[in-house]
Amino acid sequence: MKKHNYSFKFSSLLFIGLISFNSSLQAQEPVRIAFMDPLSGAFASIGTSGLKQIQFAADYFYNSKGGILGGRPIEIVALDNKQSPTETQIQFRRAVSEGLQIIFQGNSSAVANTLNTTISRHNRRNPGQEVLQINYSAVDPILTEDNCSFWHFRFDAHAVMKLNVLTDYIAENQDIKSMYIIGQDYSFGQVVSDNTIRLLNEKRPDIEIVGNEFHPIGQVKDFTPYVTKIVSSGADAVITGNFGADMVSLARSIIDSGLDVPIYTFYAAYDGITATIGADGVDRLRLVHNETANPIPTERRKEYIRAFKAANPNNDVTQPRIANALQMLVAAMEETQSTDPYDIALALEDMRFTSLSGDEIWMRGDDHQAFQSLHISVHTDEGIEFDADNSGFGLFSEYHVAAEDTVVESSCQMRRPRR
Amino acid sequence: MAMIKKLSVWIAFLLVMLALPQFSDSILSVSIYNQMAIAIIFALSYNMLLGQGGMLSFGHAVYFGLGGFLAVHTLIMMEFETVYFSIIWIPLVGGLFGLLAAIFIGSFSTHKAGTVFAMISLGIGELIAASSLIFVGFFGGEAGVSGDRTFGPPLFGVEFFQDVEIYYVAAVWVFIATVFMYLFTQTPAGRMANAVRDNPERAEFIGYSARRVRFISFCASGLFAGIAGGLFALNYEFITEENLNAATSGRVLLMAYIGGLGYFIGPILGAVILTLMNSLLSNYSDLWMLYLGIMFLLTVLFLPRGFAGFIMMHQVAWLKGSLKNLALPYLITCIPAILFLVGAIGMLEMSHSEDAIFHFLGMELDTSSTITWLAAIIFTLGSLFATSKSLPQLRDAWEEANTIPEVVKEDES
Amino acid sequence: MLEVFIFATLNGLVTGLLLFMLASGLTLIFSMMGVLNFAHASFYMLGAYFAYSISLQFGFWLGLIFAPLIVGCLGAAVERYGLRRVHESGHVAELVFTFGLAFLIEEAIQFFWGPDTKNYQSPDILDFPLFTLFGQEFSAYRGFMIGVSVLIFIGLFRVLTRSRIGIIIQAAITHPNTVANLGHNVPLIFMGVFGVGTALAGLAGVIAGPVLTTFPGMAIVLGSIVFVIVVIGGLGSLAGAFIASLLIGLLQSYAIASDVGMPDLLNFLGVSFERDHPLNDLWTMTLPQIAPILPFLLLVLVLIFRPTGLMGNREE
Repeated sequence: MKKHNYSFKFSSLLFIGLISFNSSLQAQEPVRIAFMDPLSGAFASIGTSGLKQIQFAADYFYNSKGGILGGRPIEIVALDNKQSPTETQIQFRRAVSEGLQIIFQGNSSAVANTLNTTISRHNRRNPGQEVLQINYSAVDPILTEDNCSFWHFRFDAHAVMKLNVLTDYIAENQDIKSMYIIGQDYSFGQVVSDNTIRLLNEKRPDIEIVGNEFHPIGQVKDFTPYVTKIVSSGADAVITGNFGADMVSLARSIIDSGLDVPIYTFYAAYDGITATIGADGVDRLRLVHNETANPIPTERRKEYIRAFKAANPNNDVTQPRIANALQMLVAAMEETQSTDPYDIALALEDMRFTSLSGDEIWMRGDDHQAFQSLHISVHTDEGIEFDADNSGFGLFSEYHVAAEDTVVESSCQMRRPRR
Repeated sequence: MAMIKKLSVWIAFLLVMLALPQFSDSILSVSIYNQMAIAIIFALSYNMLLGQGGMLSFGHAVYFGLGGFLAVHTLIMMEFETVYFSIIWIPLVGGLFGLLAAIFIGSFSTHKAGTVFAMISLGIGELIAASSLIFVGFFGGEAGVSGDRTFGPPLFGVEFFQDVEIYYVAAVWVFIATVFMYLFTQTPAGRMANAVRDNPERAEFIGYSARRVRFISFCASGLFAGIAGGLFALNYEFITEENLNAATSGRVLLMAYIGGLGYFIGPILGAVILTLMNSLLSNYSDLWMLYLGIMFLLTVLFLPRGFAGFIMMHQVAWLKGSLKNLALPYLITCIPAILFLVGAIGMLEMSHSEDAIFHFLGMELDTSSTITWLAAIIFTLGSLFATSKSLPQLRDAWEEANTIPEVVKEDES
Repeated sequence: MLEVFIFATLNGLVTGLLLFMLASGLTLIFSMMGVLNFAHASFYMLGAYFAYSISLQFGFWLGLIFAPLIVGCLGAAVERYGLRRVHESGHVAELVFTFGLAFLIEEAIQFFWGPDTKNYQSPDILDFPLFTLFGQEFSAYRGFMIGVSVLIFIGLFRVLTRSRIGIIIQAAITHPNTVANLGHNVPLIFMGVFGVGTALAGLAGVIAGPVLTTFPGMAIVLGSIVFVIVVIGGLGSLAGAFIASLLIGLLQSYAIASDVGMPDLLNFLGVSFERDHPLNDLWTMTLPQIAPILPFLLLVLVLIFRPTGLMGNREE
């Protein structure tokens, strides 16, 4: 901490325009938590939305109520990784240099994998300066399976768990006789494709997979040629793991072609997507997620969302799991009265925690995967108390799976550090 | 005498690099040094193509990336004990693979220079970047490949756990690569590259095959780009598709151009400036990419020979001993210009900020109030006006400082 | 199978004609000024964003008229105050300038409009299926896109071959000095051509925005493809650009629509490989999977075997 002061003074002299994400409590040394996600570039909207959510959660739950660990405020340090693995490495070094030991990160499984490997190596080589990775959104199963690490905790359901729920839901719909799979040509798209085929084969062997298409990520100008194939295949439903602009373009092309089939997705809401799809997508788009959408079950969570909207009118609580992760992290700190990653990690293992929705979250100790109830919601404008993108449209949850039914086996063989 | 002068520059260069960690050895500083080291070799290798050979490439990251991928695969092989040698040779492995790729691609892409070459390089760059996502076995898809650098034999007891140990390896490699690239410019091949760049027809008349000369430059450039890629692999212990795609190719073009293409030291300057901007500026502002774009355009418009060219502009004044006469006029122009920059940046940041109160240089600005905005606009325009008013005196001083009474000397390019 | 073929052809036409609108401006600018304008697709993106903002206030049709005009004026200003200045430093500097401009425009768009996808909608009046074939609709808006592009092509061709200004432009392409000696203001012609070229790109953006989604990455997706077209068609050749646009549009569309791949070829040859073969990725590759990189493959092949492009007659 002390040694690099010189270079920091130097750099702050050179570069103006300092933005500080500080809170008003300065009485005691703050507990500093890094938030590393894209804050500039093409993916910035998701990252900045996440940053607002974690800052709001820290202020709402703790800083406005006297802090944690006997009066210490939480300070969120924003690190911009531009969703690039290289930049993630650079920002990780910065975090270590500043003595940050807890890193929140969610966007892109590729980045999460890089960070996971980097942290494992760093912790092995630098005992006493360990870093903890709080993964709130990267869903590649490998992170809690073959590549699981003692220093990584995932607070979102992974892709196979989500697909399990989604295929259960699809299996109940007897109208569906054929399914078209389309996805981005990379690991997550591959996981979605492989597991959809496997799970549907188990649950509904009569559903025919009439297409299994991969397209390059972020390079397709026009999805109409793909939609033509979907139409001519005669599919009754489409499933896709697409996100961002690829998701919007695909949905728009399907709608424009007049194809009236349900579309099952992971990421077709918020951050401009809901507003862009608008009325055309009503009752067609469904997505699987944790933390139920409308109707919100508890008054406490309604209050939380209202307070967030009051502070950030242009954003939504898109990822309630950020707040859950922060609350569980603080619970672990309070329990051990420590901010040491090793102590926190031990306390997080097998923690059970009740979220604002009254939902119990279990952090499995064997692989550091969280389990909580999962939901399937539909894009609609009916019964929407809390809409998305201020568009009047939002998500209505119509299918719920209890936490214990989402538990899946893990191949994780965790190597635990000794102290 | 000239020899000693030249040699002392090189020794100073080596000493500065080796002494940097004494100046500040925090993890962050070392991380920046390492980025600079990689960028310097990469940008210099690019300058061999564009600055010295006149070949504009939009796909130079291909050789950087391919070298890096092979280097990481070598690290993985070390982990599984297929090969066993000290990791200080890893950059050479990357370099040789870069050379191999350059020999293959150069064999058909260096027929022509100019637009044809630029377009082929663009096409090849896009092809290989796209293939890297399809051939997951070698390239590892979007997550890339990763290898641990600590499985090689220790060097004098150093096991390369820390980045600073890698920095010393990198510094030596930067020195070696820079020396060799400089020597290349002094060889007949390097001299002919300049000739072919300036006038391929005349070069052919005196018996040189323009194509062959380009091919040699191209291969050498690929070799050094691969060395940079190998260093990258050593430093980060992983590499992904983004390290060989068009964005990386664009960044190296930016570095070389901002630094100054015509000068050997230009790309080094560009690499240092861009690395500093990238790693420091981005911590303070979300808008840093916007500033980078503006700076780039302004450089192209007003400093066509880059920062190195700007410094070299003062050569005449320096030789004449009139440089000190320029100090005051520069200062007079700089003060309002800096104020203008502060005002403009402040306004950009203010309009970007979503909070009602905006903290800027210790001031608390109310972004919703008209008075704040009015004050900012007046301040900015006022300093712009003052800057433009101060320009004539600078121009006069410049002319005076550069006028040589007797023989007018041309500065070399 | 027939319906796939028909729709693939239609889709290819829509994409191809859209690409032509971009490529025509680019190739004109190149043939006159020798500048490969890297920022050309950025003007296309600007067109979409301006039209989006105008359509929020005044509806789609005013956006269709005014957005290209604004983009054209911006383009002319870039030529007058940027490119002309850089011109003295040579072709590389010009290329690098447009390269930086593309970078800056993307950042500026994120600054003014934000990084989100914009909800830019096609007009309600065109919101009906033009015809339905084999259960699949072809929207009227896509028909409108084809119509606009064809009109532009015919108009451009007539202006260049039949009108006085067209003849001057054609003369300025090959003999700029002679044209200047005849008393024509060549710099003004350059500025005009650059403005019209960028306005065409803007128009393409206006009509493509609602279909291809309006987001800050839309220029990158298209940018390099347009280069490919101009180079394949032959630098400076309008007819070549037209043929290459349709070729690329149809090629990509057919490749996506097809279902063949390496596995079929291997079956045909009677060869098979284990799943853990080191080149497994190659043996399982399919044509739709590599469709987006086919234009670049074509580019490299054309440049190696016919550096002047399909219709071009000069190299620089």
